Amino acid sequence: MIGVQIAALALVGGLALAVVLVHDVLRVAMLYGVYGLVLVVLFVVFQAPDVALSQLAVSTVAFPLIVVTALAKVKRRERRNR
Amino acid sequence: MTRTGRIALSAVGLAGMAAMLAWGVAGLEPFGHYPGPYGTLLNAVEPGERHAANVVAAVVFDYRGLDTLGEELILFCAATGLAFLLRENREENTRGVRDRVSSDGLRAAGIVAVPVVVLLALDMVAHGYVTPGGGFQGGVAAAGGLLLVYLAGDWRALRRAAPLPVVDTAEAGGAAGFAVLGFVTLIAGGAFLDNLLPFGTFGTLTSGGTIPVANWCAGLEVTAAFVLIFLEFLEEIMAERVRDS
Amino acid sequence: MLAVWLLLVGLFGIVTSKNLIHLALCVTVAQSGTYVLLLAIGYREHGTAPIFSDVPRSRRAVDPVVQALTLTDVVVGVTVAALLLALAVKAHEHTGTLDPAELRELRG
Repeated sequence: MIGVQIAALALVGGLALAVVLVHDVLRVAMLYGVYGLVLVVLFVVFQAPDVALSQLAVSTVAFPLIVVTALAKVKRRERRNR
Repeated sequence: MTRTGRIALSAVGLAGMAAMLAWGVAGLEPFGHYPGPYGTLLNAVEPGERHAANVVAAVVFDYRGLDTLGEELILFCAATGLAFLLRENREENTRGVRDRVSSDGLRAAGIVAVPVVVLLALDMVAHGYVTPGGGFQGGVAAAGGLLLVYLAGDWRALRRAAPLPVVDTAEAGGAAGFAVLGFVTLIAGGAFLDNLLPFGTFGTLTSGGTIPVANWCAGLEVTAAFVLIFLEFLEEIMAERVRDS
Repeated sequence: MLAVWLLLVGLFGIVTSKNLIHLALCVTVAQSGTYVLLLAIGYREHGTAPIFSDVPRSRRAVDPVVQALTLTDVVVGVTVAALLLALAVKAHEHTGTLDPAELRELRG
C-alpha cells in the first residue's frame, strides 16, 4: 500500500473515534464535516473519483444542512418551552 | 436496564462481532490483489460494447441498472417518509416569512454563484458517462445550487424557484422515468432495462445507448428528492420563526 | 481492516449515545465503514480509476462494480440519515427530550 493510503486510512480511523466519543452535538456536527472531507481524500487515493464526488457533494452540502437545521429546531423549541 | 449495564452487555457483543469480522476479513485476498473476474472483464469489454468511457456509470445505469432502480426507490420512499413526518402538525402559515439576508455582498456573491453551481452540476450530470460524475453526484450538487438561493438570498425566492408541486412531480417523474425506461425496453423485445439504443462514438456525449436517458432520470430524481428534504427541514425552521413572532 | 474498525466504532457510538442527533451521526460512521470495505476489496495494486476518457484502454484499472455500488449507497445513506434526524426532531416535539435513555415507554 502506498504511504498516502495508509495515512488516509489512519486519519479516517482516528476521526471516526473522535466523532463517536465527543458528546457535545454542535462539536460533533463540525467534526463530521471534517470526517466527510477526509473520507473524500480516502476515496480519491483509492482511485474512486465517482464515489469521492458523491461523498463530497453529500457531506459538504446535504449533511451539514440537515444536521444544523435539526439542531436549530430543537434548540428553539427548548428555548421556547423554558 | 441501566446505562452502564447496557454498555457492558454491548461490549461483550461487540467483542464477539469483532472476532468474527476479523476472521472473515483475514480470509479475503490480500489488499491490492483483486481476484474477481467481473471487474477485469467489465473494464476490458465495456468500452467496446457500450462506448461509454466511464465504466462505473455504465455499471450503475446499464449492467446493474436494476440495482439502481431499487436505490432510487429507497430514495423516493425516504424523502416521502420525511415529508410525511415533518408535515404532520404544521399549522402555521409560512407564507409571510421573508428571512432576508441583510448583507449585500452576500447577495451579490449568491447571484453569481447560483448559476455557476447549477451549470456545473448539470455539466456533471450530462457528462456522467464520459468523465467522473453522473446522475447521482450532479443531482446532489444541483440541489445544493438551489439551496444557495435561500442561503444567499431569501426564503421567498427559494419557494418561488422550487414550488412544492413542481418538486414533487419532478421527483416522481424521475423515479417513474427509470422504471418506464425498463418497461419500454421490455416491450421493444429485449430484457428489462436492456440497452437498445444505438451506441454512438466512444468518448462523446452521444455514446452509451440508453445510459444517458437513465442518467438524466436518476439526476432529476436525486435533485428533486434533496430539494424536497431541504425544503422540509427549512420549513420547520420558518414555522418556528412564525411561532416566535 | 479499517472497515471493521469503523463499523465497530460506529456501533459502539450508537449504544453509548446520549443524544438522538449524535446517534444518527454514529449510524453514518458505521455506514462509511461498509463503503471503505467495499472499495478496499475492489482495489488493484497500481491500478488507476476505471474511466477511460483520457487514459489508454490497456491500463490496469480498479474494479468498477464495487464503485458503482458504493456511490449510489453514499447518496441513499445520507437520505436515510435525514430521515433519522427528522424522527429525532419529531421525538423531541412529543417528549421534550433527545436522550434515548429517557424515551423508554412507547406511549400509545
